[in-house]
Amino acid sequence: MSTTAFLTDSTLCIGCKACEVACKEWNQVEGDGFEWKGFSYDNTGALGHSTWRHVKFVEAGALPGRGGNSPDAFTWGMLSDVCKHCENAGCLEACPTGALVRTEFGGVYLQDDICNGCAYCVVTCPFGVVERNPDKGRAFKCTFCYDRQKEGLQPACATACPTESIKFGEIEPLRERARARLKKLREDGFGDVHLYDPTESSVGGVHAFFITRGDPSAYNLPPEPEVPTVYLRKGWISAGIAAAVMLAGTLLAFAGSDKR
Amino acid sequence: MTLSPLRPTSEERERRLQEIRREAEKLQPSELHPRQVEPIQQPQASAETGYYGTPVLKRPQWTVEVPIYFFVGGAAGAAALIAAVGELATEDHALIRDARWLAAIGGVISPALLTADLGMPSRFLHMLRVFKVQSPMSVGSWTLVAFSSSSVGAAMLGELRRRRPLAGVPFLTSAAQITSALTGLVLATYTGVLIGATAIPVWNEHVAELPAHFAASGLATAVSLLELRGHESSALNALAIGAALFETAMGAAIEARATPGTEALRHGVSGQAMRGAGFLSGPLPLALRILGLLSKRNQQQFRRAAAVSSVLGSLLTRWAWVRAGTASAEDPRVPLQIEKHTP
Repeated sequence: MSTTAFLTDSTLCIGCKACEVACKEWNQVEGDGFEWKGFSYDNTGALGHSTWRHVKFVEAGALPGRGGNSPDAFTWGMLSDVCKHCENAGCLEACPTGALVRTEFGGVYLQDDICNGCAYCVVTCPFGVVERNPDKGRAFKCTFCYDRQKEGLQPACATACPTESIKFGEIEPLRERARARLKKLREDGFGDVHLYDPTESSVGGVHAFFITRGDPSAYNLPPEPEVPTVYLRKGWISAGIAAAVMLAGTLLAFAGSDKR
Repeated sequence: MTLSPLRPTSEERERRLQEIRREAEKLQPSELHPRQVEPIQQPQASAETGYYGTPVLKRPQWTVEVPIYFFVGGAAGAAALIAAVGELATEDHALIRDARWLAAIGGVISPALLTADLGMPSRFLHMLRVFKVQSPMSVGSWTLVAFSSSSVGAAMLGELRRRRPLAGVPFLTSAAQITSALTGLVLATYTGVLIGATAIPVWNEHVAELPAHFAASGLATAVSLLELRGHESSALNALAIGAALFETAMGAAIEARATPGTEALRHGVSGQAMRGAGFLSGPLPLALRILGLLSKRNQQQFRRAAAVSSVLGSLLTRWAWVRAGTASAEDPRVPLQIEKHTP
């Protein structure tokens, strides 16, 4: 039993979408229709109930006067997004049925026979990953290929990736690999590479980190994701005060009123 | 090589060229509109725009049953409180009885509304598989079970006590009544925590205000419904004035708090709904009730008008908050902290 993670490296991604296809085939995820988004080669849009791996395409313009193989030339940034499997997962904390659980591999797994489709996980995920399928009723998300991991196999997406842009392995060695890769890229002249691994935020780290060129925000990766349980304290204190005021006010109003 | 017979002679060609020239000379410079080439405005993916401006978060997928439940549950919870306090402090049995029934009816409708919203309604009992204190949805489900059974019990036992005062019935009635009032206090406020403790910016930025706003809204609804049923206790009027004062202050606070995450409360459909809801819940019933106090003859009409306004305002308040959540989820600027980068 080990704690595992994904490292998705956009500098190696060629945008082939094999991960999307492999994920859909292995997990038998239904099709998500065909719609032109009109902004890039990405016509999927975002992760959702029928998309558990999603290749994002970020076009970055060339700087004038640079060309050829210069790191400043026109770039295609491609990045395969996935559920982050947070250490403090908003969806898991919020789930009222216990359908969402933590697996022995550290992933967040949704038990399909328990979920009743209350859709509370949908609004508590800081990354917009979980979604309720309107036809099937319940929520769906990346399983971290729990079934494959149980058999000692890599998740389908990592297995299918032809450039090893998606790496899979034990979390700490993989973090080390990510840092080494970042250093190598910087040495090679790619000064704008970032490692997206929000360990400092309230989600307390993730089981899917990413290497991007440029700001991770361009890939809709939020700089400071918050697990919504951080708001509970304030909310319950307010509820307590509101209830006390309501009780006192009602007592006062009736005690002071005309008794009939 | 022979020239094509159709080709004009050299003279004709020259004449035609002169003709074109004269044509061109007629044009005044003012008539020439050189078109400036503008780049096509396409959505961009960058630190300033996010991923082509697409949402980072998922929109709430709750159906309209959920804001209606917030409204019904809030009113029922407050009604249970009025019934319990009324029994403690007054002899107004008709009011106590109606308040009890209001709580009981709300206690029956609420679970039905929540079950209808589930994607798989047949699995509604899965809500009671576990109790998770860190999940407001779980806390709320258990609270609702306790509230529904105790408020229905209190109403039924109350009727039994009136008709056949058997031994033990008064005690059981009081026990059910107190349980229903205490769980009612949670029911009227927890829904604010429920939406406040989420990833949706407009909700979590108001996590401290939401439970109080929902409590005031629920109390105003319960009081107003009892007034519309014909009760004229001055305590009800006092409570309604208190709630309307709070609603007025809340409306002002929403207008004053102009942070990027709260835009949905002031702009668009949700903003208009929130303003309308604020007016119907705050200043309008407050003014009507003050007029009622001043006018001895038409007090009842003024109070009834205020009650209608409060009920509509409360329903709209709940809908506006949920709708604002949708608008807020669609805006990637807050989760990506774009305002910080580009002031």
